[in-house]
Amino acid sequence: MKAFTTHTGVGIPLRRSNVDTDQIIPAVYLKRISRTGFEDGLFAAWRSDPTFVLNNEAYKAGSVLVAGPDFGTGSSREHAVWALMDYGIRVVISPRFADIFRGNSGKGGLLAAQVTHEDDELLLKWLENHPGDAVTVDLKERRITCGPLSIPFEIDDYTRWRLLEGLDDIALTLRQVDAIADFERQRSPLKPVALPTGA
Amino acid sequence: MSRTMAEKVWESHVVHRAEGEPDLLYIDMHLIHEVTSPQAFEGLRQAGRPVRRPDLTLATEDHNVPTLDIDRPIADPTSRKQVDTLRANCEEFGIRLFPMGNSEQGIVHVVGPQRGLTQPGMTIVCGDSHTSTHGAFGALAFGIGTSEVEHVLATQTLPLKPFKTMAITVTGALPEGVSSKDLILAVIAKIGTGGGQGYVLEYRGEAVRRLSMEARMTICNMSIEAGARAGMIAPDQTTFDYLKGREHVPSGADWDAAVEYWSSLATDDDAVFDAEVVIDGSALTPFVTWGTNPGQGAPLSASVPDPASFADEGARQAAERALKYMDLEAGTRLRDIRVDTVFLGSCTNGRIEDLRAAADVIRGRHIAPNLRMLVVPGSMRVKAQAEREGLDAVFTAFGAEWRSSGCSMCLGMNPDQLAPGERCASTSNRNFEGRQGKGGRTHLVSPVVAAATAVRGTLSTPTDLEPAVVG
Repeated sequence: MKAFTTHTGVGIPLRRSNVDTDQIIPAVYLKRISRTGFEDGLFAAWRSDPTFVLNNEAYKAGSVLVAGPDFGTGSSREHAVWALMDYGIRVVISPRFADIFRGNSGKGGLLAAQVTHEDDELLLKWLENHPGDAVTVDLKERRITCGPLSIPFEIDDYTRWRLLEGLDDIALTLRQVDAIADFERQRSPLKPVALPTGA
Repeated sequence: MSRTMAEKVWESHVVHRAEGEPDLLYIDMHLIHEVTSPQAFEGLRQAGRPVRRPDLTLATEDHNVPTLDIDRPIADPTSRKQVDTLRANCEEFGIRLFPMGNSEQGIVHVVGPQRGLTQPGMTIVCGDSHTSTHGAFGALAFGIGTSEVEHVLATQTLPLKPFKTMAITVTGALPEGVSSKDLILAVIAKIGTGGGQGYVLEYRGEAVRRLSMEARMTICNMSIEAGARAGMIAPDQTTFDYLKGREHVPSGADWDAAVEYWSSLATDDDAVFDAEVVIDGSALTPFVTWGTNPGQGAPLSASVPDPASFADEGARQAAERALKYMDLEAGTRLRDIRVDTVFLGSCTNGRIEDLRAAADVIRGRHIAPNLRMLVVPGSMRVKAQAEREGLDAVFTAFGAEWRSSGCSMCLGMNPDQLAPGERCASTSNRNFEGRQGKGGRTHLVSPVVAAATAVRGTLSTPTDLEPAVVG
């Protein structure tokens, strides 16, 4: 995973709550077996609407998405993170993220920055009134700056550390391989296995 | 120290704990399917890592599979490639797979429980958000993304931040004609699509205790629609009776030991939840959605709400947008909403009891003119059971289409999709824009409401129907 420290890019105001992962990428776009190439599916239904924010030239090349609350609800599809990143989005800002989406973001190198409802509204308003303005997101300082706004954001310490270092979760866990083996030795033999029974 | 059930299961699976790090939890069972696993296997190959516990991993083909002509190759080349990739990966890494056409194939969350692979006290994950279904047995079960699928394949563990716990106590008994689907839709409307975020929900109370295992699975299944990654119900005699005799469940002396352990999992009497919600189950009525998220629901006896009636600005805008998408006007009686399609199936309501309940409503009746109804059993085992009971004949005589199992029209990855503008009463779990097909409009309903709606053509309950002519 690529390390994330600071990112500056055009802010995209997406004034919607409950942006579920079916909107971020509809199911028909999930049939690829690679981790890339999902940009065409991003907001596929909404992009056919000429008034959709990503169809506005000022926002089109944006990389910092500012949305309403409950972003990433619904399906666990990590393709939602891949589609956002394939399009060029590096940061999503929202007052509340769905748990699975937040986790997937941290794994894929997309920064999910949580702000208060009030600050989210300030950011949305500013970007709506100043199309094409840049947003800077500083992960070290946990701070978002945009025009006159300077806003703190929340992200848990562990995810922040992993993003800053660009660390691979599996390699980290495999440092505990002895503890895993110990756990397996004392695990109840009554727990089921998926293999055919009576074999 | 007194603990909740979720805390007990969590604590008994901690492999490694250190200050400032998430707990590393052992995963007892990992279910996989064709959509969210190919990139995970590719990651393993690139890193030269094996699957640590193929014996704790089970695969089924469900999201892409057609529900017609299943003895022929999948017509859509991209769907076929995804399914073929799963088959090749299972072969390469030694994972048991129930492929299309196999008598054990089905939706992953129907297959696990019906085989007895889902047991109390387990940790269960799957790259699918409806993994919360398995919590009905007192398992801690939740959906994960593809990076986490790869992590579990490689290590059989997951690093996880602790959840908070929320008790959802449903008092009284559900009235006749009110199902667990109505209950969970009412819960989501009450706490909102983000209300359970960060929590494990534990459903408790008399109404929950009276429910069958299948009805409990419907509730836990939709925990994710309230924002909660997991939902749980304490195991009891109903749970044990369901499990006894299934393939993967201990027998003999082991059965007694297992039941003793399972009985110890219930939340301690003096344990404290981080949040509590109480719902009067006896006051519930059939519940349906009118909007484009599962929290936008109302009793079927009500009307489409006026967006102006929402105090919160965000909720008002969301309601306005939803009514526009759904092509509905405020004040229209929900009972007057005419549908084009009825979908009975999915991991929410595709089990044998759901099919029986719907068949009981339509027996001796005929489908409304110009309406199509798809009946898609949750697994091939459910399909076979239904056919032994003659339910397939009831559905086909009614005018419905009797299909093979899969996720089908719940998400429309296979050919079972809504056309733009088509309106559907669906027993599935999500009414998101375009979920069942681009431009399609979804009303979430219970199986009996789905059945009654297919008879009248408008959203209906069985009590709206004239007596059937049987014979």
